[in-house]
Amino acid sequence: MQGEYIINQISIFSENKPGRLAAIAEALEKSHVNIYAFSIAEANSFGVVRALVDKPDDARSVLEKLGFAVQFTDVIAVRMKDQPGGLHEVAQILGDAGINIEYAYAYSGKEAAVLILRVSQAGEAISKIQAAGGSLLRESDLG
Amino acid sequence: MHFWDPRIEEMPVAELEKVQYRLLKTLVYRMYSFSDFYHARMKEAKVHPDDIKKLADIRLLPFMYKSDLRDNYPDKLFCAPQNELVRYHVSSGTTGKPTVVGYTRKDLDLWTTSLARGLTSCGIGKGDVIQVSYGYGLFTGGLGLHYGAERIGATVLPTSVGNTERQIELMQDLKATAITCTPSYLIHIGEAADRMGVSIQKDTQLRSAIIGAEPWSETMRTRIYETMGVRAYDIYGTSEISGPMFSECSEQKGIHIWGDIAIPEIIDPETGEPLPPGEHGELVMTVLQKEALPMIRYRIGDLTQILDEPCPCGRTHPRIQRISGRVDDMLIIRGINVFPSAVEHAILKIPELSGHFMIEVDRKGSLDDMLVRVEMAPEALSDKINDLINIKRKVEHTLKNALNVAVQVDLSEPGSLPRFEGKAKRVIDRRVF
Repeated sequence: MQGEYIINQISIFSENKPGRLAAIAEALEKSHVNIYAFSIAEANSFGVVRALVDKPDDARSVLEKLGFAVQFTDVIAVRMKDQPGGLHEVAQILGDAGINIEYAYAYSGKEAAVLILRVSQAGEAISKIQAAGGSLLRESDLG
Repeated sequence: MHFWDPRIEEMPVAELEKVQYRLLKTLVYRMYSFSDFYHARMKEAKVHPDDIKKLADIRLLPFMYKSDLRDNYPDKLFCAPQNELVRYHVSSGTTGKPTVVGYTRKDLDLWTTSLARGLTSCGIGKGDVIQVSYGYGLFTGGLGLHYGAERIGATVLPTSVGNTERQIELMQDLKATAITCTPSYLIHIGEAADRMGVSIQKDTQLRSAIIGAEPWSETMRTRIYETMGVRAYDIYGTSEISGPMFSECSEQKGIHIWGDIAIPEIIDPETGEPLPPGEHGELVMTVLQKEALPMIRYRIGDLTQILDEPCPCGRTHPRIQRISGRVDDMLIIRGINVFPSAVEHAILKIPELSGHFMIEVDRKGSLDDMLVRVEMAPEALSDKINDLINIKRKVEHTLKNALNVAVQVDLSEPGSLPRFEGKAKRVIDRRVF
């Protein structure tokens, strides 16, 4: 039952220039897509906008219509204690298991902090986190 | 293997050279007697028609330049009176005044004959439906190919350029088997068909494409075949020599220049001296039988080489390799000669890119700064920055190796760089000299 913990992230390739993020955000607003979490990674002239949203398919089609290059990426979301050591606990589990974190971003929610992870082996990461007593979110738990 | 005119096309070389010599001799006498312009130029070069004693003596004759046409705008170089002309074409004056070319009935007939031989050599003939997606009008491409295709008995679909979705619908409905257009427009049609959910390979009868008027490459040929199932043949010409005039045969191994119609030479662009066969240089064309606007040793400004060995198709006429660039497109970046065609060639070898690109040149302080914007292929996109940085590095490395000069590279979003429906303008040079 690991599949239910795989979450669809939308990854948008964008040139790094003024107005690009506004264009993305405006498109999502107009199609009533709510963004739960997002991050921007940049290198020189280009960047990747990654986001978890409530309607990934709608988001993808509206962005593609505007000419953006969009991909779906599998990520996992782990609940962290919203206190010192919360991140350490999760990172330690994956480090001990030899699973590489390719990138991560986080948000602090109502009940707990959530760490969104793109890892080399998502299935194994889910088992290790569960085995260590950690708690993961399903797509329906977001928001 | 089909021939339009086997007697001429398979003529033994020695015999063909006799024909060329006779035609050259006639042309030179005619120009010396009837063209004030070329008479003066021959006088200046101290050459008399009697000095032309063998075919190789063509090298004694003075050159003609694009600027000669512009300086004598519109028709001062014409050797036929207006009432003998049946058509004008006018080339766009991207680098100055436009140039005007006039045609007598015989000029049009020879142009059409040349195309009839070429189209036949690509395996096209009666029964084919040829979509002519070159622009019709003042540009030579549309009308030139139109009459060439009619001559061989093919059915012409004269769509001209633009309105691409309609072109794709008509291609399907009227079962076009061949298309003729610029290489970039063919790629554009392929992309538009994708967006419409039409597979050129499965949903159309299109099997060959005669493409030219801008430089393209072997890699593009392979890509066109793999993505569209279309065999692409190169066609070559400029309005000054009539229009698109010479093409590859079904061997796809260089462009046959019909020897009874024209004589190609390759020279060193700096010194003007002829280069030995097999060397790469500037193409010079003499068009042997033109009446309205005869051209002797015309410096077209395209770069190529003459292929020496005989073509497996059996045609004996000289061949040139595909055009690799233009003498005047050459950029000098920090003292190194850089041809945009070399950039294109390198980029097409990188599968992570779409093949579209733009070159921007600036001067930063006293140094030239060349930026190449390349477009990602959609399937090469990654959510991981490291993958993207690696692609960028790979492009930088490939270009450095190909050009011998370091250039900046910017990755662009798929579909974001300009598409060109006519001649591609991929260089923006902002340097002030």
